[in-house]
Amino acid sequence: MKIFATYNIKGGVGKTSAAVNLAYLAGAAGHRTLLWDLDPQAAASYVFRVKPRVKGGAKGLIHGARPLDGAIKGTDFDGLDLLPADFTYRNMDLALDKAKRPRRQIARLLGPLAAEYDIVFLDCPPSISLVSENILHAVSTLLVPIIPTTLSERTFDQLTAFIERLDGDRPDVLAFFSMLDRRKRLHRDIAERLAASRPAVATTAIPAMTLVEQMAVHRAPVPAFAPRSAAAQRYRALWAELRTRSGLTGPDPAASLNGHAPG
Amino acid sequence: MLATGRCPEFVIETGDGTAPDRIAAALAPRFAVVQETRRRERQVWLDTFDWRLHAAGLELRQLNGGLPSELVLTTVAGEPVAAQPLPAARWPALPGGLPAGPLRDRLLSVAGVRALLPQARAEGTMTRLRVLDGEGKTVARIELQDAVLATPGAAALPPRLVLTPVRGYQGATDRAARLLAAAGGFVPSSRSAYQTMLASAGHQPGPAKGAALAAATPARAALAATLLELADTIEVNAQYVIRDVDTEFLHDLRVAVRRVRSVLKLAGDVLPPGFTGRFAGEFKWLGDLTTPVRDLDVHLDGFGATAARLAAATPADLEPLRAELGRRRRTERTRLVRGLRSARFTSLLAAWRAELQDVVNRPAPRRRAAGPDTGTLAAERISRAYRRLIKRGAALGPATGGDGPPAADLHALRKRGKELRYLLEFFGSLYEPAALRRAVKDLKGLQDCLGGFQDAEVQQDGIRQFATAMLAARPASGGDRAARPDAAVLAATLLAMGELTAALHADQARARAEVSGRFAEFAGAGLLRTLGLAGRVDRA
Repeated sequence: MKIFATYNIKGGVGKTSAAVNLAYLAGAAGHRTLLWDLDPQAAASYVFRVKPRVKGGAKGLIHGARPLDGAIKGTDFDGLDLLPADFTYRNMDLALDKAKRPRRQIARLLGPLAAEYDIVFLDCPPSISLVSENILHAVSTLLVPIIPTTLSERTFDQLTAFIERLDGDRPDVLAFFSMLDRRKRLHRDIAERLAASRPAVATTAIPAMTLVEQMAVHRAPVPAFAPRSAAAQRYRALWAELRTRSGLTGPDPAASLNGHAPG
Repeated sequence: MLATGRCPEFVIETGDGTAPDRIAAALAPRFAVVQETRRRERQVWLDTFDWRLHAAGLELRQLNGGLPSELVLTTVAGEPVAAQPLPAARWPALPGGLPAGPLRDRLLSVAGVRALLPQARAEGTMTRLRVLDGEGKTVARIELQDAVLATPGAAALPPRLVLTPVRGYQGATDRAARLLAAAGGFVPSSRSAYQTMLASAGHQPGPAKGAALAAATPARAALAATLLELADTIEVNAQYVIRDVDTEFLHDLRVAVRRVRSVLKLAGDVLPPGFTGRFAGEFKWLGDLTTPVRDLDVHLDGFGATAARLAAATPADLEPLRAELGRRRRTERTRLVRGLRSARFTSLLAAWRAELQDVVNRPAPRRRAAGPDTGTLAAERISRAYRRLIKRGAALGPATGGDGPPAADLHALRKRGKELRYLLEFFGSLYEPAALRRAVKDLKGLQDCLGGFQDAEVQQDGIRQFATAMLAARPASGGDRAARPDAAVLAATLLAMGELTAALHADQARARAEVSGRFAEFAGAGLLRTLGLAGRVDRA
């Protein structure tokens, strides 16, 4: 089971959009995929029309009162399930802190799902916290959306430095430019400089596009409601890059132009 | 990915094309219904010849409606297990040949080396609907099947509705099922379309079971009837062997032939005079005909596991051996198929059937001439085979920590053990099932050990023969060099084969050292007591 997380210390950088679209494409490619919406804002749960409620909340999950698989909901799309957000996730740090091995709880919870899923995507809340440390210990690849600004560059460096100081296995990091606006010189300059100087930056960038914002209106991933759009193509390219980098194999129907109808 | 609950099914009383509207009306108080697709679809249900999917509680269906077709695995209750597109498939097919993915993995774990065969087909209009809650979220899916043509059964199935919950929405699905049941016109059904088709055609999914023997039946008639069933088994499996569907058909064919030969040897005197003499030689010919391909199948099926045992060499070093085995199998299969298509095989089965039928149909002779009844014969022959096995095993002597008993003694002991095993299988239905299972299990421990010894010896001999043949086949210069490995590759292969021989020799030594202990366990288990035959053997 491969575990990916979309993560950034900053908020509003396109984490949920990436998690929703990439998880959808993974499911459409035939991988049994689970998306865990860890963000109490519950944007991914909203897009998939699933109520942001988990019986027992964060405490119930972490202290083992409620098994993770009992909270999983099927989405409208074959191959993709969702573990919805819950408002109590805002206090997840407190629940984690009271557990044994507080930095390894999310990895422990996901362990039993290995027989059922090929891929898990974690849509993470912004911040550096105990939740973040759990995620860094659980994932195989950390996907980091970066808006090409000076502050984002600095935040990315802080994150990579933080990961280098981690004990044990460290995740592979794949950053990608998000909300890229090529009309802005600053965006172009920073994107070129970072891509040239950092090996962990994907060649695919996700531009700022209205269609991505419309996911919340259509309440569906972009490749589902606008399969031939440029935005859908970009997410497909990013998914292809992630697949190659993580050594995933098998047929990839998501590479076609056709949308994956619910069903 | 698994749905976690019940998938209610309904038979639709009036299949007049208004069902989608009636469903929508029935669910309207709580749910909206949207149609996804409506198209003509062919459905093919698949299982192995011995119904392994059915035994595992699974149903496999190929849907030929869109392009590509789709292969869908569900539980017998309709819960989704796995699905994947299937660009092209010709049945029968081995699960290992399907596209990589969770579905193939699951099928391989259940079906193993057995091919998937079409067991039923239906063609008709399939309408797919989604049931939405107030958020517009899909909470259940509906398949509306209007199968106009179905085989087996060759009859139109009544239209059916299958309601499948989306994971986490069982409560909503149950509510939808209650609304449908209350609306009228939708009759809950406890059987899937597949189960209905099989039942209407009188098919009983599951491994073939022979007719149970009755202790009071004259043994001659009972033997003849069971031997007739074995003739059917041989004939059916031979057809699949000719088509090379999967390797188990040849195995099952060989088991049936071995059973026939054992009955002729161990109880043939009960059959009419001259009967055994007329057929024993021909069934030996049939058994021998099948041996080379079966030996090669065993080598090839276990090739990956064998290669994984290498320590100094690598599995790649053995690839020329695999190629050699493949070439030999093709050659030997041609000979086997020729034999199974020959007049000799056809005549053997025809004459065999005719004479057995004659025995079955012949009026029962007077009591004395009728011979023993089946229960008496079984007790006598099982007891005799058991005594012979015990006598042979006792002669081995205790394990002394040396090389163990000589190979010839172990081969003789194995033969006696096999005779007892065949008798237990043949007359098994006369005994209480739990007692029979225990008796077979007691014997199996000893047989597995002796079988391990024998297999290791046969495999070592095989490897030596292949090595000689591979060396002899390599042209000194010119010739068909492209088809043969060069000197360095051949040397690496031979060294790897040498390593395998050493590992097999160690296996054989281990088995040899264990035999005496296993025999003592078997002798102490009291097989005749287990079967309730102890009194008879004491009197004997």
